[in-house]
Amino acid sequence: MLVFFVLGVPIFSSAVMAFTGHRRWASHLNAFLTLGTFSASLVLALEVLRTGPILAWGETFYVDSFNVFLVSLTAFVGFTTALFSGPYMRIEEEKGRVGARILRLYHSAYQIFLFTMLLALLSNNLGILWVSLEGATLATVLLVSLYRTRASIEAAWKYFILCGVGIAQALFGTILLYFAAEKILGSGGTALLWTHLFQIRFQLEPTVLKIAFVFLLVGYGTKVGLVPLHNWLPDAHAEGPTPISAVLSGLLLNVALYALVRGKILVDGALQSNLASHLMIGFGLLSMVVAVFSMIRRKDVKRLFAYSSIEHMGIATFAFGLGGPLATFAALLHMTVHSLTKSSIFFSVGHAAQIAGTQQMEQIRGLMKRVPRLGWGLVLGAFAILGMPPFGVFASEFLVLTMAMKEAAWATPILLLCLAVAFGVIFFRVQNMVLGDASPDRLSHPPALFPVFVHLGLVLLLGVFLPPFLAHWYQQAALFIG
Amino acid sequence: MSPHASNLGIEMVNLLGAFLLLLAFAMLAARRTLSLIRFFAMQGFFLSASIFIVAFLSGETNLYYSALFTFALKVILLPYILKELTLRLDIQRDIETLVNVPVTMILGIGIVVFSFSLAAPISEAASTVTRSLIGVGLACVLLSFLAMITRKKAMTQIIGFLAMENGLLFSATNATYGMPMVVELGIALDVLIGSIIFGIFFFQIRETFESLDLKFFEKLKEE
Repeated sequence: MLVFFVLGVPIFSSAVMAFTGHRRWASHLNAFLTLGTFSASLVLALEVLRTGPILAWGETFYVDSFNVFLVSLTAFVGFTTALFSGPYMRIEEEKGRVGARILRLYHSAYQIFLFTMLLALLSNNLGILWVSLEGATLATVLLVSLYRTRASIEAAWKYFILCGVGIAQALFGTILLYFAAEKILGSGGTALLWTHLFQIRFQLEPTVLKIAFVFLLVGYGTKVGLVPLHNWLPDAHAEGPTPISAVLSGLLLNVALYALVRGKILVDGALQSNLASHLMIGFGLLSMVVAVFSMIRRKDVKRLFAYSSIEHMGIATFAFGLGGPLATFAALLHMTVHSLTKSSIFFSVGHAAQIAGTQQMEQIRGLMKRVPRLGWGLVLGAFAILGMPPFGVFASEFLVLTMAMKEAAWATPILLLCLAVAFGVIFFRVQNMVLGDASPDRLSHPPALFPVFVHLGLVLLLGVFLPPFLAHWYQQAALFIG
Repeated sequence: MSPHASNLGIEMVNLLGAFLLLLAFAMLAARRTLSLIRFFAMQGFFLSASIFIVAFLSGETNLYYSALFTFALKVILLPYILKELTLRLDIQRDIETLVNVPVTMILGIGIVVFSFSLAAPISEAASTVTRSLIGVGLACVLLSFLAMITRKKAMTQIIGFLAMENGLLFSATNATYGMPMVVELGIALDVLIGSIIFGIFFFQIRETFESLDLKFFEKLKEE
């Protein structure tokens, strides 16, 4: 029943928004409806915390400690982004960049996007997981090209084609998985159900699973933004409206990584070897290295932080690759804090770009003087994402580093180098943007600073004190992913 | 063994698989948009026919529906939408300037060899009557991928994209007698929504760039 609420509210909302999305109060209603989704997901999380994994509607949906935390995170960031999107889109509207029809499309597609991500997380069926991830791409394609500029249409096309092709490979991987499972579970519905697959993971044909995992890695890896399949990511982040950049970075990448990790659990069981781990370590490191060195020459601020997302997804992939409860714990924590921090940064950056009238970093100056609180939001966000203590990213990156020293010592210098380069680039760039002389400025509508600081506050909290129930929860998930 | 397994039926599916592969090559070399659409429709037809025969051979009722679906979507609906778009955007006379067809063809042959060697261990483990065709499906997927890379026009890229899905469906049918119904329905829904979206896209691209030629897509290369 709870699962029904979590999924039903966004579907209902998207229908409502399709008709009323252009009204003055639409953004408030949008935020209110996402609050509904978030509350439902919280209740669901408490339920799972109390009683353990839940199966709902026969075996259609499955909620365990691994996905329920992602469900609440998705619903939460969905809610705060809706809060941010109100003022942001209002300013865009006053600048004449969006009209009534486009606002209807925007709000409606936003809700569908949330729905597809939640469905991907909650579904027990790996086929439906694939279908809804593809649906998430489709829901956001038209959002990336929302402004109808040349660059945005090009970015959206690239996103559509690259993710479409990539995810087709994941479908082939899923077919192979089904094929291997069908011989044990028999044909019919059950052979793609996660709960059944998990039980028979030691009996699956190793050769088939090996090939299946490679296809899954290429497919879902495209959506995670792993190098060399990351080309769509900076374009889509830079050219779309900022609330969409925030949810793409903060949520979609996580969901894709979730899909990949589900695959990894099965392959690890079947293979009894470290193939999946090695592949993920390799791809993770490569993504980090390429991403941080690509940051150096960026001129566009949203593009800079898009590359930073690739870097952090690389860290999480690397940590999952290391395996073991502690590294997996670090990876889960990193997914959470990255998602919160990065969306907060995108919120500040979005408003900063609106004030400066451009996304080019050279022309964004003196944010501290123009809108002091926004300047502070960006500075703190940058500190957090760079892994400065006491923010949560520090805790997770520190754990990853410690585990790397233990499990794969050769990778430690590469990790440190990447963190150092990222630090240099982002610190320098953000400093240039916030300092400098400027006169106080005002946006035509007060900026949404509340979500920025709520996210940063949570990241700070996670860095200083991890609530016991949350720690327990991560540990459960980590043990189970192993 | 399944109720109707017969050598003739298996030979038929093999033959249709060969046609599918042949059409994938034809699409790799085709220049005109309208002939590409025709090839795509033919591929859809052979695909649905092969699913139908596999359904008959294996006695899986689900596959009959799947064959019917495929026929409706891939032979009637999508080619109709594509043709309508082509006419409405007035690009039916567009000719793709393909560089180096022979090289593409040789690459294509390489892909087929690669797919078959990759599929060999999978086929050995399969218990379906038509297991030798998994390689053909994979080859079709990768050939369509190659076709997409070598194209510069929005319409032809999309046809390559849809043809890729044909290859996937073919592999699914022959390796496992098709995915569970709900998943197949979901995939069909995605394809359908995807085609509506690219339809909208064509008009957006055309409006902004005054052409559907992707060579004008260059702004994002630099920064």
